[in-house]
Amino acid sequence: MDSPAESQKLCQSRGYTFPLLSDANADTIRKYGVLHPKGGTAGQDIARPAEFLVDANGTIRWVNLTDDIRVRARPEAALTAIDRL
Amino acid sequence: MHRNRNILIWVGFAIVLVALVSYIPFFAVFPVTRDIPWANYILFLAGGAVLAVGVRRAFRDSAHYRGKISGSILAVVSALLLALFVVFVAYFTKQIPSAGNALSVGQKAPAFVLPDTAGKPVSSADLLKNHRGLVLIFYRGYW
Repeated sequence: MDSPAESQKLCQSRGYTFPLLSDANADTIRKYGVLHPKGGTAGQDIARPAEFLVDANGTIRWVNLTDDIRVRARPEAALTAIDRL
Repeated sequence: MHRNRNILIWVGFAIVLVALVSYIPFFAVFPVTRDIPWANYILFLAGGAVLAVGVRRAFRDSAHYRGKISGSILAVVSALLLALFVVFVAYFTKQIPSAGNALSVGQKAPAFVLPDTAGKPVSSADLLKNHRGLVLIFYRGYW
């Protein structure tokens, strides 16, 4: 799991403008049901890759899961889901 | 009689090495070559073909071409590297738990407060305020 300092390096090197948050003890990961126990290189708990679209009322409107860590949501898929909000 | 070094064996193997090491730093960057690594498979095929021609030359015309031993070794190593690559993209990257527990459409998104890269707490309620919605991207925490 990346510390805020590591995430800061990633943000700067890629020029991200969105918030990059750190879920150090995987609590939020567990609440969303995307825990990958001991999946990290040092045996730490990490997340399985997943994307959620939440609307203004706090309801989940789109979920993208994957069964392969190499295959993630394409931006077009997220944009289409956002257009449907 | 001068025996040629049989450069094809070495060029073929070099292409195989490129096929292996170019995935993560280069081809994996673009979804079109990441999801199914066809570009790497093509490179493996090309390298293997060049290597095969070189090895064939070494055995059929050993008077003019060296490389029976080195070519055979490189061919076996190349096959192993291809196997390694296939195991990585077809098996290893799928070793994640089932998604059965993941929240689904229609459920309430749990609220959270988490530190950003500056260590400042960010709340989901704030992120949603005055916005149509929020996209949450869970990545693995490193790549």
